[in-house]
Amino acid sequence: MSTGNMNLTLKVWRQKDNKAKGSLVDYKLSEISPDMSFLEMFDVLNEQLINKGDEPVVFDHDCREGICGACSMFINGRPHGPKDLVTTCQLHMRSFKDGDTIVVEPWRAAAFPVIKDLTVDRTAFDRIIAAGGFISVNTGNAQDANALPIPKLQADAAFEAAACIGCGACVATCKNASAMLFTSAKISQLALLPQGQPERYRRAQSMVAQMDAEGFGNCTNTGACEAECPKGISLENIARMNRDFYAAKFVSEEEV
Amino acid sequence: MIFVFKLSHLLNTFAGIELKYKNLMASFGNAFSSSIGKKLIMGITGLFLILFLIVHCFINSLIFLNDGGLIFNLGAHFMATNWLIRGSEVILMLGLIVHAVQGLRLTFQNQAARPVKYAVNNGNANSKWYSRSMGLLGTLLLIFLIVHLSNFWVVSRFTGIPTEDVNGLENLYAVMQQTFQNIWIVVLYELAMVSLLYHLLHGFASAFQTLGWNHRKYSPLIKGIGVWYSIIISLLFAAMPVAFYTGLIK
Repeated sequence: MSTGNMNLTLKVWRQKDNKAKGSLVDYKLSEISPDMSFLEMFDVLNEQLINKGDEPVVFDHDCREGICGACSMFINGRPHGPKDLVTTCQLHMRSFKDGDTIVVEPWRAAAFPVIKDLTVDRTAFDRIIAAGGFISVNTGNAQDANALPIPKLQADAAFEAAACIGCGACVATCKNASAMLFTSAKISQLALLPQGQPERYRRAQSMVAQMDAEGFGNCTNTGACEAECPKGISLENIARMNRDFYAAKFVSEEEV
Repeated sequence: MIFVFKLSHLLNTFAGIELKYKNLMASFGNAFSSSIGKKLIMGITGLFLILFLIVHCFINSLIFLNDGGLIFNLGAHFMATNWLIRGSEVILMLGLIVHAVQGLRLTFQNQAARPVKYAVNNGNANSKWYSRSMGLLGTLLLIFLIVHLSNFWVVSRFTGIPTEDVNGLENLYAVMQQTFQNIWIVVLYELAMVSLLYHLLHGFASAFQTLGWNHRKYSPLIKGIGVWYSIIISLLFAAMPVAFYTGLIK
């Protein structure tokens, strides 16, 4: 099934379970096609491991088209590898050279404990969303489309924030393992739209509180998250979250 | 009876205010202990120190007039005797301590947020080294500040300046001249100013981002001003020990 001519050395993090001590294990791969995606290359590795009777490498993947945010490999020191604005499934082996050594590690953060090998527990993100990343809408007939006028710039900014797929690359690359880019995108996508206004300041307070409770680090504005985000989420969202948080804490009368 | 009733009423009102004050502070304390509040403290104290550096740098640059320090001593005398300045000095020291202590706490907390480090981490691909090294640069500056304050501040405020200039003012200029005859002091100051340059290069724009001031119209200007501010301030400060050591100013 391998039809290419690339020979690679992989150094892959293997860790039996959350409690076990992990280590980097070397694997040699040959005849890898440059047209394979990075995950297909891992499929090849796993087939070989299974055929040898070894345990395959456990890694997260789902849609394999860059929209689900499941694939989470830290490749040669960068989340999702050397290319900008792609997830691991969108990374192809042509981005590497024949004979390369590739180091693959899981996301590293206290709030993202390793489950096994390259898979980490990202449910901390789900709990941040559950804390306030929603709007309350009465059920019943759908409103007329465009009943609420929304300025184009506003709609665009909300859409760009909503592009966040919750992959965790921002946390993985941040030197502080801070989740501020993720949280700010999830706050902004609602704070920018009229439907998000009733719960706007309650949302900012409860989502930030949940983010802190999960044990993520504190943002120091290095900008690494923005640079590594596969969806190009902007630091403007963090500034907006800060503004909403200050307004909520120092101006709003609602305590959360 | 009426008097007693009124007194207790007054006491109740005071207790009420105290309780309300406590509630307000509890609410603010909650804000400042959150990750964004901690950033805010760093940003506000940082901007305050940035403002201070402008004043400090301007007055110190009077030495470049090369007039034997007469105008500089005049400025230093004003700073040492004006009650408004002396009052601000207390706030400055508090600001400095809060910035340093909070910075160190944040550095340790952030390290703890990633207990297992990466075997390979290519940070340069996505951020500037100095933006990732604010804790280190700040620690170097803190060590420098201990030396710096004992060189000048302790002398001018507490132990006393030994000589007077022709105007009869404390000759802080002579203290500078004396101090910067020592090559090691000069080297330490130069290294510290390199740290300051990089600390400011990140800190200036970062403080505005933390305050939430990220705006299509203003942010490019803020970043530009930040770069020029950092370069000008650090260069002027760095030139002072060298100018004295080499005898460019006498």
